[in-house]
Amino acid sequence: MSTEAQPLLSVRDLRVSFVLDEGLVRAVDGTSFDVMPGQVLGVVGESGCGKSVTMRAILQLIDRPGRITKGEIHFRRDSGVVDLVQLSPRGGEMRDIRGGEIALIPQEPMAAFSPVHTVGDQIVEAILLHSHRWQPDRKLSRSEARDITVGLFRDVGISMPEQRIYTYSWQLSGGLRQRAMIAMALSCKPRLLIADEPTTAIDVTTQAQVLALLRDLQARYNTAIIFITHDLGVIAQMASYVVVMYLGRVMEEGPVDDIFHAPKHPYTRALLRSIPSLYGQTRVALPVISGALPHPFNRPPGCPFHPRCPDVMERCSVAVPRLMPVGTSQLASCFLHHEEAEQA
Amino acid sequence: MSDVLPDRGPPGPLTSGPEAHTPLLDVRGLQKFFPITRGFLQRTVGHVRAVDGVDFTVNEGETLGLVGESGCGKTTASRCILRAIDPTGGQILYRTRTGKVVDLASLPPAELLPLRAEIQMIFQDPFGSLNPRMTLLDNVGEPLLVNGMKSRRERTDRVAELLRLVGLRPEFMHRFPHAFSGGQRQRIGIARALATNPRLVVADEPVSALDVSIQAQVLNLLLELQARLKLTFLFVAHDLSVVRHISDRIAVMYVGQLVELAPTDAIFRQPLHPYTAALMRAVPAADPRVRSGDGVLSGEVPSPANPPSGCYFHPRCRHAQARCKVEAPALREIAPGHVSRCHFAGEMVF
Repeated sequence: MSTEAQPLLSVRDLRVSFVLDEGLVRAVDGTSFDVMPGQVLGVVGESGCGKSVTMRAILQLIDRPGRITKGEIHFRRDSGVVDLVQLSPRGGEMRDIRGGEIALIPQEPMAAFSPVHTVGDQIVEAILLHSHRWQPDRKLSRSEARDITVGLFRDVGISMPEQRIYTYSWQLSGGLRQRAMIAMALSCKPRLLIADEPTTAIDVTTQAQVLALLRDLQARYNTAIIFITHDLGVIAQMASYVVVMYLGRVMEEGPVDDIFHAPKHPYTRALLRSIPSLYGQTRVALPVISGALPHPFNRPPGCPFHPRCPDVMERCSVAVPRLMPVGTSQLASCFLHHEEAEQA
Repeated sequence: MSDVLPDRGPPGPLTSGPEAHTPLLDVRGLQKFFPITRGFLQRTVGHVRAVDGVDFTVNEGETLGLVGESGCGKTTASRCILRAIDPTGGQILYRTRTGKVVDLASLPPAELLPLRAEIQMIFQDPFGSLNPRMTLLDNVGEPLLVNGMKSRRERTDRVAELLRLVGLRPEFMHRFPHAFSGGQRQRIGIARALATNPRLVVADEPVSALDVSIQAQVLNLLLELQARLKLTFLFVAHDLSVVRHISDRIAVMYVGQLVELAPTDAIFRQPLHPYTAALMRAVPAADPRVRSGDGVLSGEVPSPANPPSGCYFHPRCRHAQARCKVEAPALREIAPGHVSRCHFAGEMVF
């Protein structure tokens, strides 16, 4: 928690629940983190850890039966800081922010584009909706928006942009489709880009291209990026600050080098040990995290990781550890490092 | 070479004898073309050369990793070996349990049937590959029923044994797949593949749908089962670090062709094909102090319906020369057991 700079986005004790017939699913259960301007924040976690739900909450895209039950999401605009949780999801201000100031790159570009409109038209539509981000004093014309789109396509490395804006998403390869998606996300000059597993569905060589592109664009526009992935390699290469989530809670956060070289939380340590590397010994048993991810309906009491934790103590099953500073730059929620528990 | 299995030495000649070094599977010039049809009469106007000249052997008890990007033909090649689809050309020589060598590519269905029990498959998607309306007993027991185990009691005993083998409680057998997590379902899929005591197991991306913390469990299980049951694996995957971890040897495919094959250590120490080298460089290192992703491969994988001239990799290769555009390189053995389909393999460092 840096004191010198003001965070662009600040999530505080966010809780999102889904009320289902089978019971209550607490998908996000007290998550807090900050995003600094121009920072690439990596969010790592396995399925069900609440990383995608957190991002949807930031964009106010939680559909029923889901609901933000508690917490604050402070976002800094030109006009001052707003709490996104207090805004109406369908209200004018939220619509202005969503897509305009906070943009999303979804995981599956195939599902995100409309198959019956050309990719160019879809981006032109977004630019016209948020046209004051390009021209504060007047409306942009359609042909101006089209020129901007061509320029964006060129920026993200799509060859023949003048022709490609007239193609449909299904005519593009996986890599090009993801590039077009990035162009769309950048189309309104966002301050914050949320990339939700943007390279999970594509091949490793294409992934390398897309990651290089994102790194390049980030350096050029100084956009803050929240990069969500389960791939620790991608996190190591992209992020400067990392948040590790498990079952809706932040287990640990810190600068990328500390997370990889001095992890504090047993979950982070186990996760790092369990991935096969390109350098380690082959054909030997990998260290594993025992057990399975719990079903969302039976969240363990206390620390969510305690049933699988190698360092479990008696207290872990009764009290929930708070996220507290550990060492000089990291924060961890684990009783190995401090005694602070959340209030019941 | 490994802690788990002894080095089996170089592949020997294919004979019918029970020698230790004879390959279990010998794939020669495998081809699979899919027709492209057009118009009312469904005229064939061309072919997608999904697999076009793949040669490799798999020795008994080893794991051969088959890697490549999507569309490179690795899944099609493995489906040909299973005879889930009929290959267009080439031979798939397989040494049966009785020591006889048969060509799976041309075997009539009646003779193929008894061999089906020997070659089994583990699927990628643990959610789609189990019948949701069948209990584990029926899911895992179905291959037994098909292979003539008619008594339900016998099947129940065998399924219990199989579930224990993959680390699940036998009491689970009366439950349905929806009650299990992804990792557990993959264990069920493995149990089903092992039901008929196979010798060769084709695993198509068996861990890519699983969470990171579960992947290691399943990889360990596969290694353990291989040592215990003397299984031979053909492991198809795109994740190089996973393939490196589990394989004795690695075969790399690009646009339907085998471009490099070598022992795991050798291929990672010095890849002899620029594509393999590029593939390795593209893997993001799980260490922020190691910068990876330099020398990113530009361009796209060409379509197997319309591959480039000469070497299929030349439009994306940073070492490409005039010769590569016109002359298709042949697969050559550069070092013992290390083959490459590049004109400059052994002369250049990629």
